[in-house]
Amino acid sequence: MSSPLIVARQLTKTYGEFTAVDHIDFDVAKGESFGLLGPNGAGKSTTMRMIGATLQRTSGELTILGKDPEKLGPQIRAHLGVVPQQDNLDGELTVTENLYIYGRYFGLSKKFIKNKIEELLEFAQLEEKRNVKVDALSGGMKRRLTIARGLVSEPEILMLDEPTTGLDPQARHILWDRLFRLKELGVTLLLTTHFMDEAEQLCGRLIVMDKGKIMAEGSPAELIRKYSTKEVVELRFGSEKNAEMAEKLHDTCDHIEQLPDRILLYSDDGETLLSNIMSGGAHPITSLVRRTSLEDVFLKLTGRSLVE
Amino acid sequence: MITKSAVAIAESRIGKPLEKYFAGRVNSPLERSWLAFKSSTWIIVLSGFLEPVLFLFSFGFGVGSLIGGMTSNGQTISYAAYIAPGLLATSAMNGAVYDSTWNVFWKINESKLYQSMLATSLGALDVALGEIAWALFRGLIYALGFMAVVTPLGLVTSWWGLLAIPAAVLIAFGFASFGMAITSYMKSYQQMNMINIFMLPMFLFSGSFFPISVYPQFIQWIIQALPLWHAISLVRGIMLGQVGIATLIHILYFVAMICLGLFFTTKRLTALFLR
Repeated sequence: MSSPLIVARQLTKTYGEFTAVDHIDFDVAKGESFGLLGPNGAGKSTTMRMIGATLQRTSGELTILGKDPEKLGPQIRAHLGVVPQQDNLDGELTVTENLYIYGRYFGLSKKFIKNKIEELLEFAQLEEKRNVKVDALSGGMKRRLTIARGLVSEPEILMLDEPTTGLDPQARHILWDRLFRLKELGVTLLLTTHFMDEAEQLCGRLIVMDKGKIMAEGSPAELIRKYSTKEVVELRFGSEKNAEMAEKLHDTCDHIEQLPDRILLYSDDGETLLSNIMSGGAHPITSLVRRTSLEDVFLKLTGRSLVE
Repeated sequence: MITKSAVAIAESRIGKPLEKYFAGRVNSPLERSWLAFKSSTWIIVLSGFLEPVLFLFSFGFGVGSLIGGMTSNGQTISYAAYIAPGLLATSAMNGAVYDSTWNVFWKINESKLYQSMLATSLGALDVALGEIAWALFRGLIYALGFMAVVTPLGLVTSWWGLLAIPAAVLIAFGFASFGMAITSYMKSYQQMNMINIFMLPMFLFSGSFFPISVYPQFIQWIIQALPLWHAISLVRGIMLGQVGIATLIHILYFVAMICLGLFFTTKRLTALFLR
């Protein structure tokens, strides 16, 4: 097995009294798609910036391709394609110019970039928009262009910070499809997200972060198996009655979570559980049996829902 | 075709001086400025050049017709010829300050341009030098434009006047470098407006329109500490053929300004985007 591309040991970042990232350990292997999952403020972006060699760590060890970002910042950044949380495309330039100049920042030759641009425009499905100023693009197009821009230098690692936040469902799916292709091409993906479905779609392995710490690590399926049941029953009794009913139903299932608007009951057989509850005389306003997701894992681990 | 990869390019810098801050690619931020400039609004570019020209016509020929001649170090010259060097220095300053203050502020805080540049293998000094060089270039263009107006009017009285162009470059470099350094520390639009509040009095009282000997001694000292006074004195000395030890002092003043500006800009960009 080849040595990991990214190794973090006891990685820590503090700002005065506040600890943004708190002694975390993880490895990312070549070709992996690795996710950092957690709510806002969990320390995901801070971790990403430390890996991206644009933020210095307070303590701990961090190596990217065997190099220390503190000592070899520009050399590490040359390996990386960065897609920041907020698009920072060059609004004064066109689509093609954005790709071109970004390649020039890496010192790449004009000829190399010109060839690369065609490939990237096709990848980002922006061939029709090549001479349009980026301010005129939709949110989804801008994000695809930002990803394409990150690929100009043929990076070994593509880092995406909240890649689909703020996009409509259709734009998200197009983007997932593009990222999936990169994954197939063997590009190592490192992404943060607070969307469970995104993590399940894109990440082979992930760490769940909360308040700067790692709560759990594994593949999405492993995490669901380990921290949750196969299925979950969602019941709504109306906001006044939820608490009372949660109390009553406590012993019917493996685990129960009471949220402000609904109760979640965890079980490997949701349908049976639901029919038992119904025949027991409970009358929820709505009921739903679904497969458990990473959202439930997060709830179990922290007692809080992920998107507040 | 053998193409050097981004990694190979970055690794070739290892062991070179200032390797953490400088990738040897001042040309790429400059290229970016050129791409953006090609599609910018020309009328705005023109306005910075027109301002000193308008001052020349209104003060030089308007007020000048009431005053008659001026004496500078024993030489008697027209009032227009007296203020032309001051306005040339001001042109160079305007061009440089325009790009290195408000434009830089916008790029740091709104467009996040430097953030995206510094996520690549560029260093903070590449960005600082590239942006300053661009501002300097604008200062040079304004100065050349101003020379093109004043020379046919017979306001350049000595062959030394040709040296006013490199002097204008030095002045523009100094203001661009210092302007970008100050801007990089500014946090709000209110603070940025302080720059404007400072610039106008400096323009009016630094000896562009009359000798500073009209002021009491202590005010003269304050003015002599300001960069525009050095710029005006430098250009005036050169254009009137009065070159001496004072010229050297003015040059050194600007060299110091350039160095300080580059140092603090690089330091600040590193702190903002690479820490």
